[in-house]
Amino acid sequence: MLFSPEFLEVSATVAVTAIACALLGPFLLLRRLALLTDAIGHVLLFGIVVAFLIVGQLDSPWLLFGAAATGLVTVVLIEALSRSQVVREDAAIGLTFPALFAGGIILATLFARNTHLDIDQVMLGYAEFAPEHRLEIGEYDLGPRSLIVMGLMGLLNLTAIAIFFKELKISTFDATLAASLGFLPAVLHYGLMTLVSFTVVTAFDSTGPVLVVAFFVIPAMSSYLLTDRLGWFLAWSVLYAVAGSFLGTAAAFALETTVSGTVATVMGGLFGLTWLAAPRYGLIRHWTERRRLRRAMHDRLLLIHLKNHEGTPEESAESDVRNLHEHFRWTLAATDRIVRRAMSHAWVLCESSHLKLTPVGREIADRDITAGPFIS
Amino acid sequence: MMNAKPAVNVADLTVAYRDRPVLWDIDLQVPAGALMAVVGPNGAGKSTLLKAILGLVKPVAGMVELFGQPYRAVAKKIAYVPQRTSVDWDFPATVRDVVLMGTYGQLGWFRRPGQPQRKLADEALARMGMQDYANRQISQLSGGQQQRVFLARSLVQGAELFFMDEPFQGVDATTEEVILKLLHELRNAGKTVVVVHHDLGTVRDYFDWVTLINVKKIASGQLSEVFTPENISQTYGHRALIANPSA
Repeated sequence: MLFSPEFLEVSATVAVTAIACALLGPFLLLRRLALLTDAIGHVLLFGIVVAFLIVGQLDSPWLLFGAAATGLVTVVLIEALSRSQVVREDAAIGLTFPALFAGGIILATLFARNTHLDIDQVMLGYAEFAPEHRLEIGEYDLGPRSLIVMGLMGLLNLTAIAIFFKELKISTFDATLAASLGFLPAVLHYGLMTLVSFTVVTAFDSTGPVLVVAFFVIPAMSSYLLTDRLGWFLAWSVLYAVAGSFLGTAAAFALETTVSGTVATVMGGLFGLTWLAAPRYGLIRHWTERRRLRRAMHDRLLLIHLKNHEGTPEESAESDVRNLHEHFRWTLAATDRIVRRAMSHAWVLCESSHLKLTPVGREIADRDITAGPFIS
Repeated sequence: MMNAKPAVNVADLTVAYRDRPVLWDIDLQVPAGALMAVVGPNGAGKSTLLKAILGLVKPVAGMVELFGQPYRAVAKKIAYVPQRTSVDWDFPATVRDVVLMGTYGQLGWFRRPGQPQRKLADEALARMGMQDYANRQISQLSGGQQQRVFLARSLVQGAELFFMDEPFQGVDATTEEVILKLLHELRNAGKTVVVVHHDLGTVRDYFDWVTLINVKKIASGQLSEVFTPENISQTYGHRALIANPSA
């Protein structure tokens, strides 16, 4: 039910998880590593199995560290492969994670057969069940465990970005400059990747695999269409994460559908709307801008045409509105619109169905002839 | 040489990619205050020479000193202007943001740029004729404007020694003039400037010193002494017949 305590706990868990991911997503996007989260997600099993074989318990926090460590190993392997220049970065990702994923499955079936080491049970969270796993200290109920874990993770990410904002900015934009100014871009890179690994692992546990990739990529991508500043890029990404989480969870509760699928769909929808309507980089703006430029080009062409034939023997034939469309190879309707527009601007006059430039129209034509056909 | 310690001192520098030498046993001095062009055909190792001097590629052998010290010790006095295609211009940043990055070195870790740095950035932009573009998104710049932003960024570093990789490559006439004026201002202010340059026809007009390389160093020194038809044709082979400026 909407606005029940259950709804509030589930939506808050989803939102906090989304925020933790959406803070890092923009950096991955700018470093062209958006799909890295998917790769890390796939190799978690390997780390969990190895950690389980060492500590022998399924509910140990070491499993979390094992999983995150595998994430980092994946990052290092991918970088080493793509730096060797034998394969490209995307192929390096594709080579690394199936290998570790398969390794994890083999290890699990070989050594952990009798312990029911089920990745579903250990790692794949469902947002719906968030209220059932609570964090309690003694008698006191602190709230859903995922909500608190992801809250802390998000806070850690936010703090790290706040402290290292300038350093992350320069090393993401121009690692060479960052290195030459003494900012250790490699250290920053692996620091960032450590945060990504831990965030992926905890988020997997909180809301499941589909949403993790969605949280890293979709809010960042939507935000990218809205802003030209890194700070706002991050802020909008978080806003999209929050909006998508609450709207999506509400829709899931109202329609009684799965939370993860519905939230991901709503976020996709928000991205679609943004793509369409973004003030500067949206499709609608793109179309209207193209239309405006085409109109301006046609207006100028008419004026230049009239100017070029002014005072020549062909002037009468070339300025006759009745066959102007044949000269330009425009449709009659289009020619009519263009001529009317030019007349309404008082660039041309129509005298006994012949067009004549006004002084203003002649001035524009002169300027375009000397300056070249640049339109802004 | 005007100074006891040259601004750049390279000895026996060899750089190889796998088994192919890109620079072969280079000895090179750049005196302090020189405005020097580094010329040579494509693949001659010009950019690699800059990168090796700056420690961005690891040499197989050889030694590099800047003002008599290793690069790390004098890094703050050095500004490197890479080829403008080396970064992603779709990055969400304004022109001023990018120029401000030049001040990060002086600020060090954690300190944020403030009013003094912004003023410095705006002055540098004005010097490059880019003051009206300070708040412009960087993806909306032309190639020449991008180059001027990179140069403005190097100006705010407060450097004594500049390395520029093909700043004249593919820029418009206005930008070419602005860059040329800047090079001469830097020289007149006593800075040392080393520029990778591809246009043999303008070397004589733009620079005082020249280094000719083609994997090996052919010649290096004052333009009037070493920029000779013999050295040019030795650097470029038969192509120099077309490019050879009247001496």
